Amino acid sequence: MTTTEERPAPATPAKPSRRGEISRWWNARTRAQQWGLLVPVAAIIYLLPVLNPPIITTEPATSFPIALFNAAVFALIAIGLNVVIGQAGLLDLGYVGFFAIGAYTAALLSSPDSELGVRFPWLVIVPIAMVVTMISGVILGTPTLRLRGDYLAIVTLGFGEIVRLLADNIDPLRGNRGFQDIARPGGTYSDGTPIFTQNDAQGFYWLAVTIVIIVLLFMGNLERSRVGRAWIAVREDEDAAELTGVPTYRFKIWAFAIGAAVGGLSGTLFAAQVGFVNNQRFDVTTSILYLAAVVLGGQGNKIGVVVGAFLVSYIPDRFQFEPEYRFLVFGLALIILMIFRPQGILGMRQHLLTYGRQAYQKLFGSGTGVAPTSLTPSSRPAGEPPEAVPDDRSGSRPQGGGE
Amino acid sequence: MFLDRFWANTINGLSYGSIYALVALGYTLVYGVLQLINFAHSEIFVIGVFGVYFTFLALGFQPGQTPNVPLAGIIANLVLAGAVGMILAGVAAVILERVAYRPLRKRNAPRLAFLITAIGASFVIQQVFRITRGSNPEGTIRLLPPEPVFRIFGAPVTNLQIIIIVAALALFVIADTFVNRTRLGRGVRAVAQDPATATLMGVNRERVIMITFLLGGLLAGAAALFYLMTIPQGAVFNGGFLLGIKAFAAAVLGGIGNLRGALLGGLILGIAENYGQSLFGGDWRDVVAFVLLVGVLMFRPTGILGESLGKARV
Repeated sequence: MTTTEERPAPATPAKPSRRGEISRWWNARTRAQQWGLLVPVAAIIYLLPVLNPPIITTEPATSFPIALFNAAVFALIAIGLNVVIGQAGLLDLGYVGFFAIGAYTAALLSSPDSELGVRFPWLVIVPIAMVVTMISGVILGTPTLRLRGDYLAIVTLGFGEIVRLLADNIDPLRGNRGFQDIARPGGTYSDGTPIFTQNDAQGFYWLAVTIVIIVLLFMGNLERSRVGRAWIAVREDEDAAELTGVPTYRFKIWAFAIGAAVGGLSGTLFAAQVGFVNNQRFDVTTSILYLAAVVLGGQGNKIGVVVGAFLVSYIPDRFQFEPEYRFLVFGLALIILMIFRPQGILGMRQHLLTYGRQAYQKLFGSGTGVAPTSLTPSSRPAGEPPEAVPDDRSGSRPQGGGE
Repeated sequence: MFLDRFWANTINGLSYGSIYALVALGYTLVYGVLQLINFAHSEIFVIGVFGVYFTFLALGFQPGQTPNVPLAGIIANLVLAGAVGMILAGVAAVILERVAYRPLRKRNAPRLAFLITAIGASFVIQQVFRITRGSNPEGTIRLLPPEPVFRIFGAPVTNLQIIIIVAALALFVIADTFVNRTRLGRGVRAVAQDPATATLMGVNRERVIMITFLLGGLLAGAAALFYLMTIPQGAVFNGGFLLGIKAFAAAVLGGIGNLRGALLGGLILGIAENYGQSLFGGDWRDVVAFVLLVGVLMFRPTGILGESLGKARV
């Protein structure tokens, strides 16, 4: 419902693009080669707060590790929201509600201010918070996912507002006073100083990046699984999906629940780092910034949304020299970027992803020049039934369908 | 308590609801024609608010004073300020369409991209006001203090409420007549129903889109005047945000794309909000609005009156 092109794409030959070349080249690499390239990139990402590179750094205005940590949490949120928006094509404007529920769960279970009177360690809180947000996602989704498109958007927006207003108005949630001393992960460096503190976000940044990577791997597998295919089918054409036997309603709820769980996870991470939760951070504007991150990066492309989230979080931190003009510049950047790249920085990896790597290689060869130039990977004929391609993407099994 | 204030709440709700309805009409018109949530519409409304406010200043009214002008003069001033607000908001809406939406339409962008440019435009407009006028609300200028004129079941009806409800209904009737009875309005409905066919039949789609935005902006400007009359301290850079969301909720409640739905949704939302405030306290006012929206959509997934800008009456 939110995409540019339909699945039977041969009728509309897309123009070959540079990005197509790059992604084709990338997909022609073997798994080992890809990892070989990714590991150094990951290492650089991990080392960023230590290196504190002169031009990139946000100091002195904002501590660079904290800016990076915020960006990483933002990336996690964007990955979760991308499941809902990019994969399943459901416009969710109240995602901040799940983030808030995660943060408040952490607060209620560990802060001395909480009336529950328990102080769980962070590692115990995380699964509980994820389950709680997942359940809230199902509760929100069960009645609302029968709605379509923009109706869903406004209902989710209402949900986000309701969560915030509940935090404002329900007394045990302490409104503006908030919760102090929320549990942090334990652990110390070899000299005995704790890794996870409020002032030095470096440990938290590493933790957040690790979680982002784990979630990315998880989402990658999910995308290529039956569930991921079902989501894409729902996104592309819900009626057709329903008619071909995809239980669309159930898979939409799954998308909501999984997206919500990731939102809750990021909420606990945020609460742990800041150590304090009150009702100030969960307004609709924040929700809209999440959406901006997803669409900016390229909905449906999980690496794209990470890039988008990084930009949305990092740019306001970096360009603080004129705090007056921060959001003005940000707004202009959104408009200009969307006008020139409406599909986002990295476009949607729409269709072929679900067919796995073998299908790429069968179609486009393992080299770069073999591919038919009139087709980008996203618009090749999809004649073969998807069932013919095994879920397994390790390349060990023989190709079932193909040509 | 609730029963005591029932009629007062109803009337108050109708007057708030009229403001929601006028803003909701802008959402609904644009949605009907383009299937686009014009997220920046709330900022168009804010432009209207500032237009009205600056007109007050230009007419020599100062914050804090009660003007010593005869009633006819005040009404003339209000009409003038309203006209300025309407024109500014209308022009701003057309410019917004040119700058933020038309380039995307030319490129066949996905629908969410429009939403993002709308958000971007909304940020820009807000920030322009914040930078030029600061983050504090402008001083209060109240031209017409509310005075009870008559009573319904013991509930006072103020002159402001009468003016707002009557004027909003009149504007609604004009807008509804325009869309349903005039040649241009037929073009709007044709494009809403089937853009490709309408274009083939000789309807100028770009012009229809422009008219739609203009009409929405004009109505938002009028709403801005009524808003400032009701809440004189409301001229602030982010003042349109919550109102915009509620107006959009009102449009959805009534059935988006449906003019009469927007009116009905706005009035219902305004009344329900006031009842909710009276029942549960002021903190729950907004919760009631959204819970109502969710509740109605459960049972009427396309809003109370359904989507119908395109369903043509000839």
